[in-house]
Amino acid sequence: MKLTRILLGATAVSALLTGAALADPAIIYDLGGKFDKSFNEAAYGGAERWAAATGGSYRDIEMQSEAQREQALRRLAESGSNPIVMTGFAFMSVLEQVAPDYPDTTFAIIDGVVDLPNVRSIVFTEHEGSYLVGMAAAMASQSGTVGFVGGMDIPLIRRFACGYAQGVRAVNGDATVIVNYTGTTPAAWNDPVRGGEITAAQISQGADVVYAAAGGTGVGVLQTAADSGILSIGVDSNQNHLHPGSVLTSMLKRVDNAVEAAFTEGAEMETGIHVMDLAAGGVGWALDENNDALITQEMRDALAAAEAAIISGSVVVHDYMSDNTCPISVD
Amino acid sequence: MSTKAMPRWADVLLVPLLSLVIAFALSAIVILAIGEDPVEAMRLMIVGSLGSTYGWGYTLYYTTNFLLTGLAVSIAFQARLFNIGGEGQALIGGLGVALICLFIPWPHWSLAFVAAILASALFGAIWASIPAWLQAKAGSHIVITTIMFNFIAASLMNYMLSHVLRPARSMDPATARFPADLRLPRLADVLEPLGIEFSRSGPANVMLFVALAACLLGYVLLWRTRLGFEIRAFGQSEPAAHYAGISSFKIIMLAMILSGALAGMMAVNSVMGGPQRLVMNAVEGAGFIGIAVALMGRSHPIGIIAPALLFGFLFQGGSELAIETSIPREMIVIIQALVIMFTGALDNMVRRPLEVLFLMLRRRG
Repeated sequence: MKLTRILLGATAVSALLTGAALADPAIIYDLGGKFDKSFNEAAYGGAERWAAATGGSYRDIEMQSEAQREQALRRLAESGSNPIVMTGFAFMSVLEQVAPDYPDTTFAIIDGVVDLPNVRSIVFTEHEGSYLVGMAAAMASQSGTVGFVGGMDIPLIRRFACGYAQGVRAVNGDATVIVNYTGTTPAAWNDPVRGGEITAAQISQGADVVYAAAGGTGVGVLQTAADSGILSIGVDSNQNHLHPGSVLTSMLKRVDNAVEAAFTEGAEMETGIHVMDLAAGGVGWALDENNDALITQEMRDALAAAEAAIISGSVVVHDYMSDNTCPISVD
Repeated sequence: MSTKAMPRWADVLLVPLLSLVIAFALSAIVILAIGEDPVEAMRLMIVGSLGSTYGWGYTLYYTTNFLLTGLAVSIAFQARLFNIGGEGQALIGGLGVALICLFIPWPHWSLAFVAAILASALFGAIWASIPAWLQAKAGSHIVITTIMFNFIAASLMNYMLSHVLRPARSMDPATARFPADLRLPRLADVLEPLGIEFSRSGPANVMLFVALAACLLGYVLLWRTRLGFEIRAFGQSEPAAHYAGISSFKIIMLAMILSGALAGMMAVNSVMGGPQRLVMNAVEGAGFIGIAVALMGRSHPIGIIAPALLFGFLFQGGSELAIETSIPREMIVIIQALVIMFTGALDNMVRRPLEVLFLMLRRRG
């Protein structure tokens, strides 16, 4: 049976004649698509950086529907791509099925944990990065009220909210953090209109800094914040350039680094759980010419001190997903 | 029905083939316009879908979907009921399959298989019977109601998967995986005892044979039974059928219930045969492609087999194109849409000139 599979894989590859070397890496983007200005685009950036640095080529697939995940994964494995990187926790269940069928292929999943010998599970400490931007939000806020707009209400997004709220309270113990989620279904990831409405509601409650952790919905949050003259905070990719002068900073989740590292290390990469935390440069906050004027020296010093404290372990940011609770309500 | 301007072979073969040629020619222009090689693209599609048993495994899997949704649309259309709701009926059918597989401990896959077919058919039939009843009793147009019911079904499934059926510790809106022994035997399991090597990766499974049997039964029903005669008579002329004592309420209800049941059964393939769990959008548009399949197959239960295979090829070939070339996924949807448009909706554009041509030839002869 295994021999059949190898033979079939070999014939499929030789039939394709695309000139691609056997061990080209591959990446599968989650449903938002390659150019979502956020999570997937960060992964794309990492892959492109690897290609530019090494001159190598890679394959990529954009999903068209949930049901295609397994086919996309199998297709890449059959055609000999190695390693295969995929973005998003939604691949977990599929990868658990597919990875054992291709023991000689190395897989890497971002945002999910699959406990198999040929899988690298890459997770980020989003609560640490969110803590830092929460501090920035509290220091930039005049009103003492800041907002959080989440995408779909799932533990992963609550982890962002919880870290953010802790950062805000670390600076200003009396600050109010308004937490809203766009929805409870996957439609919440791509609803910029609703994101804008929630932002407007938070502004009417006094919020003057709003953090969006909501995928494509965040575009509406940032837009409404810019239109209303308040500050916003982007997520995953550096979104400072979307509305220069209005986006205070972006919580960087260095998916690009994770993808580039996986591609560089190739099929021989170390598998197992790979935590991309603040110390490893996995999360952080964005500073560029678009927000240079917004970030005061006081903020820079405070954030640098907090970064050092988190890395050294003297400050521990509570991880919502460790026990599904948060010291500050994020309901 | 069509006029007798053309011989039957031209009606059945020439018209769809010409439509297909036009659709492919236009697709080639689209591919050329974005700077790719259409011949190479076509070759990739053929090799990727028909060039290996791996490709066949996927092509036949999609074909199974389209056979059932195509048959569903055909049977309703024989009664001149345009069931656009195959998508929603199949989604709800998927709910039936998931409930059967998740909550009942089956001793053997075959029992679960039969139960899943019955449950999916029941769920699909119930979903189709509401628009049918509204048409029969309240005169609400079936096209409008069935298309609306697609949205209701999608929202309902969204709710069920996000809130009710999602396992507690999972963030992915999908059900838990079904028990491993409920996995339907795939073509490899069927063919290997016969000494035929077949890829184990392709999800084509025993449901293919059920779908083909359903086509055969559909033919028997429509052309060899009293109910089939009544359905066709009602479709040809409602007043004449009424005059002959055929109850329009009964025909509308039965035709739509059969149609919904067939569309719902598709979910056994795409849920139990494929991913082994219910995910969002498990139908992947097969309900709508069923309309194109039925139009191309002249709503004949046997006639839809070839178009179903064609669309299976297009679906699998399209996903190969997405992987092997830099043709963006939107372009692939455009190519598939062109084929649907020419073979389905623009049928008369090819038919009329051909009819004129045949009439001229006959006059000369």
